[in-house]
Amino acid sequence: MKKLAPISILVTVALLGITSYFALVVAPTEATMGDVQRIFYYHVSSGWVGMLCFFVNFVASILYLWKRSPASDALAAASAEVGVVFTGVLLLLGMLWARPVWGIWWTWDARLTTTLVLWLIYVSYLVLRRFSAGGQTQVLAAAFAVFGFVDVPIVYMSIRWFRTQHPAPVIGGGENSGMAPGIAHVFLFTLVVFTLLGAWFIWLRYKLATEEQALESAHTQAALKGVA
Amino acid sequence: MSTASITRATLTKDLRMERRSKDAINSMLFFALLVVVIFSFAFNPTAEESRQIAGGLIWVAFLFATVVALNQTWARELRNQVLDAYRVSPAPPNALFLAKTFGNFLFVIVLECLMTPLFVVFYELRSVGPVWQLIVVTLLGTWALVVNGTFFAALSIRTRSREIMLPLILFPISIPALLAMVDATTSVLTGEASPDFWIKLLAVYDIVFTLVCLLLFETVLNAE
Repeated sequence: MKKLAPISILVTVALLGITSYFALVVAPTEATMGDVQRIFYYHVSSGWVGMLCFFVNFVASILYLWKRSPASDALAAASAEVGVVFTGVLLLLGMLWARPVWGIWWTWDARLTTTLVLWLIYVSYLVLRRFSAGGQTQVLAAAFAVFGFVDVPIVYMSIRWFRTQHPAPVIGGGENSGMAPGIAHVFLFTLVVFTLLGAWFIWLRYKLATEEQALESAHTQAALKGVA
Repeated sequence: MSTASITRATLTKDLRMERRSKDAINSMLFFALLVVVIFSFAFNPTAEESRQIAGGLIWVAFLFATVVALNQTWARELRNQVLDAYRVSPAPPNALFLAKTFGNFLFVIVLECLMTPLFVVFYELRSVGPVWQLIVVTLLGTWALVVNGTFFAALSIRTRSREIMLPLILFPISIPALLAMVDATTSVLTGEASPDFWIKLLAVYDIVFTLVCLLLFETVLNAE
């Protein structure tokens, strides 16, 4: 595994470079928004990875509550951290895009607000992990993860009651939706690269979390030996 | 003993202790009073303005006061290892959870009954819409705050700096419920919109999270 890490770093950096070249140079300039539209490739890809991470977190938490395996707890912790980072990037890029196109940095629209609340929920998940003591962390965090995931659709329902300003779904959003072929190809490529990047981050964090668990149990063993 | 009788016994015990000490209700009442006075200074609204913002003010005051009461819920059970004794006993964990939730619900309802006249006086409130809808919103909204709050208080009692922890995990999850309470209250007070959607949303929120709490409480109580 140790040999694979530097290779995977190189491959990921190279792929990110190619993505940026495609997104910033190769892709055609959008008709109405101009160059600002190029944020879209990064924005939607980060959002996709963030949501994927939170879903992985939910599945891993359920698995932990069911089987109590340390591996699923490590995966839950890793995916929540990576998800918070990607969702943070999503929000920041969205603001950068909204300023020139909408004329405002932020609006309390359904999707923006839902994403912000989602981000807040998982930040508090990380805070809970940080502040809970010893062996209880895993169970408490897993229970809270269930609350967070169940809350998301309710948040979305409640906030959709307000007016929506966010662009309608570009993919499968009705007659006038869809992308020009040049844009679509670059977008799909970016999506794949970002998914790889997210998976790689989760993998690194997961390894780190398992090492932490091993270290902690070694400390416990040593302490027990000292007592006996 | 059945779940119902254990719930009743624990609830009676908590209510008796509260009647003698009045810890929760006094600290909540004074806290809510302070919030009302400070908001009144900060916004200094006219009668028309206050009708627009009262929904938000009232619920933010109640939310903060609820956190004050919730933080005390489990603290007294930690002393003398009552929680450990409960875990060893064959009593169903959900009976304990329900008793605590009902107790907190009663405390917060009493607080709301005492505080509402103050809001009416300080903010010159008069409802344009039907008042019974406000009562429905209050009952559903209070349950929404208290059921998750009691659960998260049991979570945060096991963390370091527990008093800080509760609002940090309770507020993000409660955002949809809070939004529903505030908007329903404002639409009844101003009489400009129907609160039906928000009342339904609150009911769904209550049902969903009561179920999740009952499913997970045993796991959290026995977390080691």
